[in-house]
Amino acid sequence: MNENLAGNATSAVIGATSFARRHWLWLAALTIALVLPWLFFDWTKARHAGFVVSMLSQMGIMMVFALSYNMLIGQAGLLSFGHAVFLGLGGYCTAHALNAIKDGGFWLPVELVPLVGGIGGLTFAVVFGYVATRQRATAFAMITLGIGELVAACALLFKTFFGGEGGVSTNRMAGVSLFGWSYAQSIQVYYLIVAWTVISVWLMLFLTKTPLGRMANACRDNFERAQFVGYDPRMVRFVQFSLSGFFAGIAGALYALSYEIVTYDAVAAPMSANALLMTYIGGVGVFAGPVLGAVLIVLLQSGVSLLSNSWLVYVGVLFILMVAFAPGGIAGLIFMHQPIWRARRMGRLAAPYARILAPGLLVVAGFILLVELCSFLTIGAAQGKTFKLSSLTVDPQTVGPWVIGAVLLAGGGLWLRREGRRFGAVWQAVMEEIKAVRGNA
Amino acid sequence: MEVFLVSLLNGLVYGMLLFMLASGLTLIFSMMGVLNFAHASMYMLGAYFAYDISRHIGFWPALVVAPLMCGLIGALIEMYGLRRVHKNGHVAELLFTFGLAFIIDKAVQMIWGLLPVPYRVPAALDHSLFSIYGTNFLAYRGFMLLISALMFCAIWLLLTRTRIGLVIQAALTHPEMVGALGHNVPRVFTIVFAGGSALAGLAGVIGGNYLVTEPSMAFAMGPIVFVVVVFGGLGSLPGCFIASLIMGFVQTFAVVLEYSPADLLALIGVKVTAATPLAEFLTIPLPRIGALLPYLMLVVILLFRPRGLMGTRDT
Repeated sequence: MNENLAGNATSAVIGATSFARRHWLWLAALTIALVLPWLFFDWTKARHAGFVVSMLSQMGIMMVFALSYNMLIGQAGLLSFGHAVFLGLGGYCTAHALNAIKDGGFWLPVELVPLVGGIGGLTFAVVFGYVATRQRATAFAMITLGIGELVAACALLFKTFFGGEGGVSTNRMAGVSLFGWSYAQSIQVYYLIVAWTVISVWLMLFLTKTPLGRMANACRDNFERAQFVGYDPRMVRFVQFSLSGFFAGIAGALYALSYEIVTYDAVAAPMSANALLMTYIGGVGVFAGPVLGAVLIVLLQSGVSLLSNSWLVYVGVLFILMVAFAPGGIAGLIFMHQPIWRARRMGRLAAPYARILAPGLLVVAGFILLVELCSFLTIGAAQGKTFKLSSLTVDPQTVGPWVIGAVLLAGGGLWLRREGRRFGAVWQAVMEEIKAVRGNA
Repeated sequence: MEVFLVSLLNGLVYGMLLFMLASGLTLIFSMMGVLNFAHASMYMLGAYFAYDISRHIGFWPALVVAPLMCGLIGALIEMYGLRRVHKNGHVAELLFTFGLAFIIDKAVQMIWGLLPVPYRVPAALDHSLFSIYGTNFLAYRGFMLLISALMFCAIWLLLTRTRIGLVIQAALTHPEMVGALGHNVPRVFTIVFAGGSALAGLAGVIGGNYLVTEPSMAFAMGPIVFVVVVFGGLGSLPGCFIASLIMGFVQTFAVVLEYSPADLLALIGVKVTAATPLAEFLTIPLPRIGALLPYLMLVVILLFRPRGLMGTRDT
């Protein structure tokens, strides 16, 4: 009896440690998410740094949004240009639900309100998905583009549901809470967002392991063979699309809770483009890729947009570079190192990486200088700003800075090309070695 | 009748402008399978180039130089961008052009500012050509019609009477076979891409001052051009021509017909008041729905006839 209990306890401990070992990266990310706001806590005034909390909240929302988008582009091979529709409509549904709760229309604790957004997203995804998933590839992309534009145009036309240009305002403090939280402070909303992000990420990860997730991969890779196995690719696309809409709706609900207003911006094309950029830059081939993309883009959006008018140019250039040179995105680049890491040969790459760093930085510096000069000449001038590098004022009207920028870009580019070739040679050599070692073993 | 005739003429002008944009895209899409998102960006660049050139030199040089610049940019994009991405498949190519459109959009905002630029009709053409029922028909509209008609003839002759035109036509439907016969298909691709971009640039030159030259013009025009290409059908220039005209008429007539579904219901004796269910839907006048029509058409066509009017294969 006692032995049995001890056995159970040890197996539970072993189970826990093996869970921790398998998912240590996710657990670490969750820990960081929980602790990070407290690192910026202002103890003298006893309040949270609003900027950090709102940025972290946005990261959580965008993670769910990007992962739901990757259910289409990465896992099912469906390129959608209208994914913001489900974020936006989920958000509108949530805003109306919160308002109805306030008016006593129906009862739902605030913690469960994101489900309303999810169900809203799911409903619209079922309707639009029934139409769009009849086609695949380019035709599918065009239909989603059309649907996205249709819904965005409707958002400005119909005032009752969308509230026109002003959007729908709401109040998250109106409802009851399961934990007795008032949600007056943004940190409480942040922890709600973390909770729903964890739930959504886990569910989406789980979905990739179900037969549906596997069949979505199969239909992406070869839909004719998937048909031969006996599945209807259209049905697989439809179910995948609908579930993706559900999670985008949850992201929309979190958006509504966080900002307490849902406007045209949430359904419009730039938001759809955002999903594509985040997901693709992060990496479509790896489940966690979009998470990286969401973190990076939100960081850029909140950090760089304060410094520069042209941060979207950098995002666009990063996207183009990824499409042209690294179709696996950031996650793909990281995973390329996996065999070298396993063979314990990372040390061999350290020197080449160091050599490539200097010209790389030169190219980046030259490019940024040119872009900033350009933007200060027009947009900056219109806003009455001056271009300052620490204490040095740069006048975009003079030739000097432009020449420096061009020289940095061109010189660095040539240097980078040379070092890049060397890096490629070393990489090849290391890979060959690993192959040879494996072959011997 | 008066409204009808004027709108007919305006629709014709707009449709021909659309054809100038869509013809290049149809050729690119049919041959390379790439729905080029950056095509409307070329239209925008053409307008901005023309604005800058006409400010310093004059409108007439701009009419030639701006399209050539767009063509050059198109050739560079094809040779150094698309060809590299080609091996990663159609989705990568589509994403590449999407990223390009995104960057060009932002670059234009950075270079020329966020507000519309004062790109105006040249003074020589800024007078009334004739008037019907008291409405003046601007000489510039006649000029636009003339340019687009000339361009239509030029493309037609090029495609049917020259050797390269025949190769292009063959490559529209059977690109692999043309390559197997020993033609340099990548070079044909570059030529078509550059030519299409130049045509889009030309459309920008003559359309930018007729409409408005602003950073959002590419984004507004892009989906409409897609609709025309899909509606006309893959690999069919005549289909593209008809689709452009239909689109031009639809867009123009939607603006002038001040009716709403409620007026239709009134004909059969149903009165729509604020209390009627869906009153908001029913009382929206057609001009406001007009903006929705292209997208609606895009979805409906792709669903029920993916090969378009005269297409030879599905989109």
